[in-house]
Amino acid sequence: MKPFMYVRAHSVDEAAAAHAGRSTSRYLGGGTNLVDLMKLGVESPRTLVDVTALPLDAVEELRDGSVRVGATVRNSDLAAHPLVRERYPVLSQALLAGASGQLRNMATTGGNLLQRTRCPYFQYLGKPCNKREPGTGCGARDGVHRDHAVLGQSPHCIATHPSDMAVALAALDAEVELYGPGGRRTVPAAEFHRLPGDRPDLDTEIRHGELITGVVLPPETAGLPSAYRKARDPRLVRVRARVRGRGPGRRGLRRTRGADRIRRSGAPALARAAGRAGAGGRRADR
Amino acid sequence: MGTEAFQSVVPLTVNGRSCRVTVDHRSTLLDVLRERLGLTGAKKGCDHGQCGACTVLVDGRRANSCLLLAVAQEGRDVTTIEGLRAADGEGTHPLQRAFVERDAFQCGYCTPGQICSAVGAIAEAEAGHPSHVTDPQTPAGSAVELAGDEIRERLSGNLCRCGAYPHIVEAVEDVTR
Repeated sequence: MKPFMYVRAHSVDEAAAAHAGRSTSRYLGGGTNLVDLMKLGVESPRTLVDVTALPLDAVEELRDGSVRVGATVRNSDLAAHPLVRERYPVLSQALLAGASGQLRNMATTGGNLLQRTRCPYFQYLGKPCNKREPGTGCGARDGVHRDHAVLGQSPHCIATHPSDMAVALAALDAEVELYGPGGRRTVPAAEFHRLPGDRPDLDTEIRHGELITGVVLPPETAGLPSAYRKARDPRLVRVRARVRGRGPGRRGLRRTRGADRIRRSGAPALARAAGRAGAGGRRADR
Repeated sequence: MGTEAFQSVVPLTVNGRSCRVTVDHRSTLLDVLRERLGLTGAKKGCDHGQCGACTVLVDGRRANSCLLLAVAQEGRDVTTIEGLRAADGEGTHPLQRAFVERDAFQCGYCTPGQICSAVGAIAEAEAGHPSHVTDPQTPAGSAVELAGDEIRERLSGNLCRCGAYPHIVEAVEDVTR
């Protein structure tokens, strides 16, 4: 691991200033993925900006009935939160379907969305990887790729995305809140993760220097019966998150379905596409 | 740039004792515990957060110390297997006794992590944290009873290459019953 500087930020502005959009800076949340990638040499930041002391650790109901989840809320606390368990069970169940008790105690909401693929070619410096080092090729395409993407892949990358939480957020029509040099903005969770295309190095729509400040769960999907199912044979459709119900008379069916291969291709966006296909080729939610 | 930019003094409380350690920013909490503080109970297994041998309690919550940067633990209260005590502060923790009585190990390498993880898991269940196998209809906030599958699921982040799992589950059940 290469030496690096460490800064603990106490406000969002301080974090953004410390990061200053430098390509060699990284925000540190729980570190469960970033520290691991630093050990592997996949990430070599010059500066780590610790954001875990930011005042972003609350789950709160907003006036319009939506639920805002701060970016530093730990995965275990989010899964256990009464507002989440009662109104958005698919989110709680998705979180509990992944990792371990220890890792969920460490991992943050923002960090969960920003974890990198577990593709072994991405994690091993001895093999080419367009996601890790654009232009070097894809070791997985002609390698061991039983767990890799079927839908949504590109000639440049067949990696999948590991977040279960992201699938639930897409199903719930959640929004991701971002703050950065360009100010505040929100991106729908279902569009936050990119398909690899010819830029597999870009996992998400986040711009350099931007910080995830939170996730907003809308009132429209609150209280709908929902569940998260995960089967572990990657040959099968592995994940099917489903939110179904009439809402108070206004909503029909909203369904997302991700095979693990679909889901992990970066792809709540794809899961949404699969959901469309599953709903007779058109989105039937509104 | 001097090396001082890459190291910091970190105040920590470990097993009830305050200390200040100058750490290279690259140091994990696990390495500081083992190599600087002489607390070799927490073990380095995979060093990637997958095996759980390095599990300690940070502010009472279980965590993989191999993935925690020591510099980021400023002011935290860390408990390792060496710091576990019976509720009255005297003698061994009930889980430690249960592991001995149930013969819940062979080589013992994973045991400190298993026990710290079980301490954390019991506290989580008492606080009403659900697991993957908890009935979703369980009211939020109510304590979850720990037995059988709940224990197996909640300790799934701790691997035992000797395969002592059946006795580990029995040992934890002895304490939660």
